[in-house]
Amino acid sequence: MVTIKELPKEEYLLKGNPACAGCGSAISLRLLFKALGSRIIMIVPACCTTVIQGPYPYAAFNVPMLNIVFEATGAAASGVVAALKRRGIKDVTVIGWAGDGGTVDIGLQALSGAAERGTDFIYICYDNEAYGNTGMQRSGATPFGAWTTTTPTGKREHKKNMPLIMAAHGIPYVATAIPSYPLDFIRKLRKAKEIKGTKYIHILSPCPVGWRFPHNKTIEIGRLAVQTGMWALFEIENGKFKLNPPSSGLLNKEKRKPVREYLKLQGRFRHLTDQDIMEIQRWVDETWENYKKMISC
Amino acid sequence: MAKVIIDTANHIAAYAAKAARVQVVAAYPITPQTTVVEKIAEFVESGEMDADYIRVESEHSAMAACVGAEAAGVRAFTATSAHGLALMHEVLHWAAGSRLPIVMAVINRAMGAPWSIWPDYSDSLSQRDTGWLQFYCADNQEVFDTIIQAYKICEDKRVLLPAMVCSEGFILSHTAMPVKIPDQEEIDDFLPPYEPGWVLDVDNPFSHAPLVSPEWYMEFRYMIQQAMENSKKIIEEVDKEYGERFGFRHGGLVDRYRCEDAELVLVTMGTMGAEAKISVDNLRQEGYKVGLARVRAFRPFPKEVFRELAETARMFTAIDRHVSFGFEGFLFSEIKASLYPRQITGDPPLISGFLAGIGGRDVTFRDIEKIAKKSWNWMEKGKIEKEIVWWKLRD
Repeated sequence: MVTIKELPKEEYLLKGNPACAGCGSAISLRLLFKALGSRIIMIVPACCTTVIQGPYPYAAFNVPMLNIVFEATGAAASGVVAALKRRGIKDVTVIGWAGDGGTVDIGLQALSGAAERGTDFIYICYDNEAYGNTGMQRSGATPFGAWTTTTPTGKREHKKNMPLIMAAHGIPYVATAIPSYPLDFIRKLRKAKEIKGTKYIHILSPCPVGWRFPHNKTIEIGRLAVQTGMWALFEIENGKFKLNPPSSGLLNKEKRKPVREYLKLQGRFRHLTDQDIMEIQRWVDETWENYKKMISC
Repeated sequence: MAKVIIDTANHIAAYAAKAARVQVVAAYPITPQTTVVEKIAEFVESGEMDADYIRVESEHSAMAACVGAEAAGVRAFTATSAHGLALMHEVLHWAAGSRLPIVMAVINRAMGAPWSIWPDYSDSLSQRDTGWLQFYCADNQEVFDTIIQAYKICEDKRVLLPAMVCSEGFILSHTAMPVKIPDQEEIDDFLPPYEPGWVLDVDNPFSHAPLVSPEWYMEFRYMIQQAMENSKKIIEEVDKEYGERFGFRHGGLVDRYRCEDAELVLVTMGTMGAEAKISVDNLRQEGYKVGLARVRAFRPFPKEVFRELAETARMFTAIDRHVSFGFEGFLFSEIKASLYPRQITGDPPLISGFLAGIGGRDVTFRDIEKIAKKSWNWMEKGKIEKEIVWWKLRD
């Protein structure tokens, strides 16, 4: 069992980095580095992390970083992994770190290819449910009803279920996480590191700027995402689906808070009608019915 | 002992990748490139070639995987054609900007629409400004030699840029010719193991290619331009060294044939250049003082060579296998641009432009003789009667 106390004191996400205050992905990055240490190579496409790593000649990450074009993270990872193998380097973990646009939309093909080839790396999608770096445009990961700059009256489609798409590739490990539950995230990272093959971790990354909530509420919003069932913490290990705490205690609908409690704190959902909220609640309940079926399989 | 094998240019490109001890190959199939990567797959699976072959799901990913592999410190290779090269376009910029000396065989094929599988240079010339060196080959031996040379040139610390080694689809790709393959030890001696200019290293971490503000970006571009300029000298040096070691010299930047006293210099690339040598010999027998400048390196463009040729030539005739829509043939443009400073100070040679062989239409030495005679006629009159001629265009 991981505890906060036993985490390394070293910081690989350096102070003064230009992440927005309260950025969920900056918190996740800090945890990632603490969980895995410095023997990692990061591959990062166009995303908020392009900025967070610091503009040249500054660098806010104390690990090697390969920046690559938007849709190519999976493919670049295959190249790096092959090269490390050729050079006999076995103790370095390759991490693909991309946003939701770079994962569920434009980067899906390269990621799918890397997974199908069994590239030995951890791919992490930090999902703030829109193209954050370019000013919050709609992505395939934007939830129903959410305001974005390209859905000014709210998105009319539901979020793409990327973890299950990755699980369908038959890769050995798929997991979800959120920075509000850091120990769960760290445990999953460390587990993924020990597994050979393609590992996929999908983080819901609350975004104060894009979701329109105060920057001191990131952790709270994330907790509500889990407590309402809008986001579920789970693992799919060798095809076996398992909910993790606290999501594992929320299978019964009565245990979950109404989605309204999560939605009402965020400006991006301010315009929702009761009917919209009912539709989101229906979608959440249906998603959880699906989890039930996956557990009993 | 060196050995002579008879095989197609595509298989020869695969032999060259093996001989260059490429460590990672990432490729996606496209006609007419396919037999390059099929042969490499055979080499890798039979253990003849000690490399990792990444069977990617697109050309975009092929180039991204090559970027990843070279960034992590190994020699990488890929091959493609036409639409595959176009799909790579974004990553071509990234590879050059990242200063990674990847070598790629481009098996030239015309771009659609409409679909064509036959050769012209619309694919590679559309990538002119990506920061890649571009070499054009006239026969299978040159394909082998240029791939080996390209690694040596590109990995030189004064260059550190990627290169395309181009050969026309079907004309070369599926045509068997005898090719001399030198001993592996001799090739190893000529081309030592890859020493990266930079590498992803956990013990020396840095962010490669992050966001660069206008205060810095321009210098990175200036450095690429400097590297291109540096490569001109290195291309000549490597051609010379290769020739001394292995017996084949292809002309460095420009393969000059009977240019010394030539009044009319034909300018072309690839197999049209091989064909043009026959034309030059025939025309010489008829008394025409004609020479050939076959451009091997289109980038960097050897403007100095053309300025030198212009000292004696009265006329240049460019024969281009691709047109820049809205303007003219690429060689035609480049020659004029190269000579412009001379034109304003003195006696300008005439320059005519012919577009031929587009979409794989056959261009024989007879065609080139006719083109040369037409040009000669204009030269005698002192006037180009038609600025751009589409050769053998249907009415």
